[in-house]
Amino acid sequence: MRNLFIDILVKEARLNKKIVLIVGDLGFNVVEPFKKEFPNRFFNAGVSEQSMIGIAAGLSMNGFQVFVYSIANFPTFRCAEQIRNDLDYHKLPVTVVSVGSGLGYGNLGYTHHGLQDYALMRSFPNTIICSPADNNELKSSMKFLLKNPLPSYLRLDKSLDLTINNNKGKINPGDWNLIQKQKNSKKLLISTGSTYKDCKNFIKNQKGQYNWYSIPMWGMKVKSSQYKKLSKFNEIVTFENHIQDGGFGSWINEVLSVKKSKKKIFVQNKFINSKVIGKVGSEIYLNKLYGPR
Amino acid sequence: MKNIERLSKKIRKNILKISYQSKSAHIASSLSIVDIIATIYSKFIKKNGNNIFILSKGHACLAHYCLLHELGYIKKKVLNSFGKNGTVLMSHSSHLVPGVNLSTGSLGHGLPVSTGIALSKKIKEEKGKVFVLLSDGELNEGSNWESLLFLTHHNLNNLVIVIDYNKIQSLDFVRKTIKLQPLKDKFLSFGCKVSEINGHNDKEILNCLKKKTKKPLVIIANTIKGKGVSFMENKVLWHYKSPNLKELISGLKELDNN
Repeated sequence: MRNLFIDILVKEARLNKKIVLIVGDLGFNVVEPFKKEFPNRFFNAGVSEQSMIGIAAGLSMNGFQVFVYSIANFPTFRCAEQIRNDLDYHKLPVTVVSVGSGLGYGNLGYTHHGLQDYALMRSFPNTIICSPADNNELKSSMKFLLKNPLPSYLRLDKSLDLTINNNKGKINPGDWNLIQKQKNSKKLLISTGSTYKDCKNFIKNQKGQYNWYSIPMWGMKVKSSQYKKLSKFNEIVTFENHIQDGGFGSWINEVLSVKKSKKKIFVQNKFINSKVIGKVGSEIYLNKLYGPR
Repeated sequence: MKNIERLSKKIRKNILKISYQSKSAHIASSLSIVDIIATIYSKFIKKNGNNIFILSKGHACLAHYCLLHELGYIKKKVLNSFGKNGTVLMSHSSHLVPGVNLSTGSLGHGLPVSTGIALSKKIKEEKGKVFVLLSDGELNEGSNWESLLFLTHHNLNNLVIVIDYNKIQSLDFVRKTIKLQPLKDKFLSFGCKVSEINGHNDKEILNCLKKKTKKPLVIIANTIKGKGVSFMENKVLWHYKSPNLKELISGLKELDNN
């Protein structure tokens, strides 16, 4: 997924001179094609995330569309206020890219686990979160961001190389991407990010009664557009590779709690159990014990 | 230079009046930077020009707003709404105000953003300089030092960093809080060109701002917090206190007589 991201960015940068990539001294074996082809539009800010986001803000104030690349919590929590004040408040066209969503860097320990980043990034009113489930969703998200530069957060799986069928080519923030339709069912499985296997297992165990949609782009900006679509279902299950607190499932819960409705919708959140904190192991190992199910 | 002096006096008088009206803090921080920003705007900043100014010490925005009023960006009615309910002129710098490029108030944001703007000018081979004004207490923020590493590595000599070195921060004197000395050596060791000046002498400020340097320029402007009103000068108290009517009248009288 990360290599595909760089491929897309390189192709765009050939046509669009406004594209700049800044890395936080990370991206070995990933970012080199961009650096090689556009040395004047590639910068390594070093290990200094606060400065990196501020610099990205300054570049974008003078006409550039900036992608800031790092891993895990470094480009989010470490520089949270720079994202809040410099990027989001000023509505600047900067995309913060983080690789290693969820437990992608499982062996590296809690410092590298991306478990709470939705909570932070979805609290910013102008920022769109892009958490693609597969390569197609990454392509559609990038297509949108390149056409509509805005404050955004692209959350990538470390090693996923998956292409799910039925993806639309064009998608907007808040749109649902159909993965599996179940006729005459009022049950919904709604997921975001890299949760394909967990969702598939869940549906298999439930004997396939669910309509399955993914939301690759979401956030506060498109929250109010969700109620109408969600209220068509009686039972909703959410899936994410993030803890429940402040996560995607909580976002859906909040959508459903805002409107007064006589209709009772049963909601269940599937998420990474916070008991994973302090535990170490491969992504597969940790997911088996603490992943969404 | 007489024009800059006159401009500075007008700004200082308005700072006093509005601080009194709004009962707002940071009057001394605002008085401290008047001569610096009056010189920068008089000589370098034009509407839609190539140069750009960023006030990183956003708590001194009242001085900036009063200056922008004198230059026609902000109407008198708007200026008088400073600090009031529903106003656009909140008590920290806001990009929603005409003529202000960056919302600041949380310290340590202005230099990284200015670094990015200076870098963008280098990439585009664009003319003009970026002037950024920081407070001394603000230098406690690590983000500044991160950016100094970057801007000297990329030799952004189109960036002018002015430090309002009034030697008082929020709760106490700088030397009693987190000492900055030897400040000049710190910037020199990063690879900047450093000049030390009297931050209330328009001629010295101008001569220094005009310098063409091969390296990024840091100007350590020695200033007096509360400059222009003797009973406010160099007192920690006036970081937060606003003047009462008696103090306002006395302050305005002093400014008129000088």
